Amino acid sequence: MAGFEIITNNLPVFAVVVPLIAGFLTPIVGWIDRRLPWYWVMLAMFVVLLITLSNLVTVINSGTIHYKLGGWDPPFGIEYVIDLLNGFVCLIIAFIGFMVSIYSVESVKKEVPGKTTQFYSVFLLLITGLMGMTITGDIFNFYVFLEISSLTAYALIAMGDRGDGVVASFNYLIMGTVAASFILLGIGYLYAVTGTLNMADMQNLLPSIYESKVVLAALAFFMAGFSIKVGLFPLHAWLPDAYTHAPSTASALIAGLMTKVGVYAMIRFMFCVFTPAFVIDVNMTEILTWAAALAIIVGSVLAIAQSDIKRMLAYSSISQIGYILLGFGLVNVIGITGGLLHIMNHALMKCALFLVAGAVFYKTDIRNIYQFQGLGKKMPVTTTVFLIAALSMIGVPGTVGFTSKWYLALGSIVADQWIFVAVILVSSLLNIVYFWRIFDNIWFGHPHEIENIKRDEAPLTMLIPMVILAILCVYFGFFSGYPIEHIFEPLAKTLLGLGGVP
Amino acid sequence: MSRIQESVIIRTVVRIMVPFIELFALYVIMHGSSGPGGGFQGGVIFGAAIILYAMIYGIAEGKKKMSDALDKILASTGLTIYAGTGLLCLFFGGMFLQYGAVPLLPDNPAKVAALLIDLVEIGIGTTVAAVMISLFFDVSPPESEEGELPGYEGVD
Repeated sequence: MAGFEIITNNLPVFAVVVPLIAGFLTPIVGWIDRRLPWYWVMLAMFVVLLITLSNLVTVINSGTIHYKLGGWDPPFGIEYVIDLLNGFVCLIIAFIGFMVSIYSVESVKKEVPGKTTQFYSVFLLLITGLMGMTITGDIFNFYVFLEISSLTAYALIAMGDRGDGVVASFNYLIMGTVAASFILLGIGYLYAVTGTLNMADMQNLLPSIYESKVVLAALAFFMAGFSIKVGLFPLHAWLPDAYTHAPSTASALIAGLMTKVGVYAMIRFMFCVFTPAFVIDVNMTEILTWAAALAIIVGSVLAIAQSDIKRMLAYSSISQIGYILLGFGLVNVIGITGGLLHIMNHALMKCALFLVAGAVFYKTDIRNIYQFQGLGKKMPVTTTVFLIAALSMIGVPGTVGFTSKWYLALGSIVADQWIFVAVILVSSLLNIVYFWRIFDNIWFGHPHEIENIKRDEAPLTMLIPMVILAILCVYFGFFSGYPIEHIFEPLAKTLLGLGGVP
Repeated sequence: MSRIQESVIIRTVVRIMVPFIELFALYVIMHGSSGPGGGFQGGVIFGAAIILYAMIYGIAEGKKKMSDALDKILASTGLTIYAGTGLLCLFFGGMFLQYGAVPLLPDNPAKVAALLIDLVEIGIGTTVAAVMISLFFDVSPPESEEGELPGYEGVD
């Protein structure tokens, strides 16, 4: 059937074009009826989810997909390349986006009243930007999508808490622009010395000029730029405010996805534009590992000091980004497997935690964790989801957090870096400290206060995505064999061994 | 109805200039495929014409020419034209934005590409103009009772 073939042949580009068109049609949909945009976004995200799923299955079964935009051949035209790495990152983006879109309806109505249409429009454009960043095989096209995702993220954050949201968004805008300028400079340098913008082509051309200082400077610019984008420890200053003051839905989306895609980009540039051997040779991985170790500890310690739940989760994000980058900095198969696994796991856990924070705020207007007393009785399902996601964050066996921390610790041992094993252990203990305060408040308040509390659960649209995420946290805790065997380990080997966009 | 504060010379000149600016914008948009210019630049010029009008005749008058609803619809349709052109190429079995694939003039695919690029530029121009105008209206201060900018009463 011809119509069906048109769709199947062009699935890579649909992953970007569908949210783009849907995003720009949202104002019209909202103009017809103010309640429609929610259904519209869910529909669009569901379609994107199916597309990315199909792309990933194609990649697993028959190898990398190359898609030439406009029919121009790769070194000259823009090429979309889907391999295992970005296939799985795309799936995470689509899945988290779909979950958050289901959740959003009540929360958006409460937190950004009168702007729901705009919110959903920007929501879809953010997904477009993230999808494009992930899927493209052309570094300038990558930069364009980076700007799309950043600008939409600024807009989403500015819709948050009156006043504070705008300030947080402005801080992020300054930092994000600095980061984007670094990345653009790096792209410019590489373009100047190689004359190409295609990642695969560039990887073939670069090795002959690795002694050039320009290439080294480009690598340094990329790493600095991406470190700001992912909020790696000394460059994290924008992150807590941005996550705290954004609307709950946007927090969950941005915390779950933005930094993950930043990490993906970092990996893509380190291993697929440059070669692992070069990156190790100039000690970049070692710097990365130590910065990551520092981020793990400092993020956890700062999280203990917070009383606002969203701010605490934001600092916890800083420490979790450390875990992911630690895995990649170790540059051995087990470490990288752990890092990749943690990209997925952290997206699931952190999204669930931010959704819970949003649901609690929706019902009670409380964000201070010391006022959470009796919440366990009031919102049993929500708090159970919180329990599962938080245990998973700590790394209790049987949850996803355990699997990735296990791999990361093993990777550190293989790399003969026992100090990082100690870092992971200490950080897990610190995680227990800051999550225990919340458990303590939720389930063990003063009995006479709790007696009068009635059950008042969050609406069903909020519960469904949270429960699904919690179930997945446990499911992948027990059955992570399939993804590890078929996606993460081959991927880690490809990144290290051949190193290229296959 | 707004009380007009600018002098008659400025009002007349603007009234004469706006159509020419718009015409020039259209020229820049249509010229995009074969020379300097294009959808973005043309869209900005078109938006500037409406903004100029709104600056001189007041926001309320400007919104009469370009209502918020129309703005939204134009911003959306512009991009839909652009993406729709890309999808049209898919429909005829090409890649996204592979203009040559559309069998409009079978013996001259380059001509088809030029025409479709013009279509894309029109789409981009529409969106950019609409977004420029809505940016201007969004940052302009709210109208006071008489439909005037607050604080303008004392100005000649």
